[in-house]
Amino acid sequence: MTMETIRKPRNYMNPYLAGVLLGLVVLAANFISGRGLGASGAVKSAIVAGVETVAPKHAAASPFYDSYSKAHEGKPLNNWLVYQMLGVIVGGFVSGVVSRRLTWKVEHNPGIQSRTRLLFALAGGVLFGLGSQLGRGCTSGSALSGMAVLSLGGFISMAAIFGTAFMLAYFFRKLWI
Amino acid sequence: MGPLVINEIISENTNLLLAFFIGIAFGFVLEQGGFSSSRKLAGVFYGYDTVVLKVFFTGAITAMLGLLFFSLFDWVDLSIVYVNETYLWSSVVGGVIMGAGFIMGGYCPGTSFCGAAIGKIDAYVFIAGLFIGIFLFGEAYEWFEPLYLAEFWGSPRISEFFGLSEGVTVLLVILAAVAMFWMGEKAEKMFPRDEY
Repeated sequence: MTMETIRKPRNYMNPYLAGVLLGLVVLAANFISGRGLGASGAVKSAIVAGVETVAPKHAAASPFYDSYSKAHEGKPLNNWLVYQMLGVIVGGFVSGVVSRRLTWKVEHNPGIQSRTRLLFALAGGVLFGLGSQLGRGCTSGSALSGMAVLSLGGFISMAAIFGTAFMLAYFFRKLWI
Repeated sequence: MGPLVINEIISENTNLLLAFFIGIAFGFVLEQGGFSSSRKLAGVFYGYDTVVLKVFFTGAITAMLGLLFFSLFDWVDLSIVYVNETYLWSSVVGGVIMGAGFIMGGYCPGTSFCGAAIGKIDAYVFIAGLFIGIFLFGEAYEWFEPLYLAEFWGSPRISEFFGLSEGVTVLLVILAAVAMFWMGEKAEKMFPRDEY
């Protein structure tokens, strides 16, 4: 065996099998904790905790920060989603190790420069972060977990997220194809 | 029996510990499925890789069916499981903004953490964007508030909304998913891409 073959990343899991396993994780969250998964909520917790630390008066005066903090007994970081997201990082890392996919890189279409990719990644992140607040959750929390419990809002989120991305795909095609 | 924490079968602290383990499983499955790669994720919008469609919808119907069965067996009381609220306009506008973020950034929040975990620098930049976006919303909350709170419909299930039973609703979603899987497989043959 040559070095080449040793270093090659393993193949991804069959997507339907990965989907079944993902569904079982959502099921486990509902069975154990009575709630679904999430991601943007953990970032929100960090923002609320950060603003409270840096500018406590400002945070107390804003219903956005204050109501979230009160809902979590004044400890916005001691929150289900924060622990879950720490787990996501560990789980993703372990998967990367076993499948030999750990590498520092800016992943992008060869047709564009790294800088372009990073600029759009930043812009995309800003929009996704802002939208997740209006949507009361992102693809995990609102769309996937919402659909699992048949929430009407979950189906609306899913349709709006994927529908918009499809409609805009043509305009951003240079980034990807 | 379930949900375990609400029925006080496990303590709140155990619940938080289990959240960490649930997260490990979540992150592991996302990465194994290929969700740590923005180019794989974006593939669904151009047809060259429809892994997002397959994993997302298989996940959704597995969880739906699982919850239905658990409820039939009295393993979980669906009346106390959290059902996401429906605020019509903020849900639609938020979804549209997230969709734009998805096609520009190539990640969603969960998958960006997964990409960051294996060293994707673009994922770190996306995460920095998430922090900025949520902070901007927090700072401009009062401006967004009328939209954020408009058309509150409570927490309806889609089955109630259409007057269908939960079983029939899930069956229809499964049929729609199977049709989409079929289209996804077709698309991958129509718009193949060797390496990405």
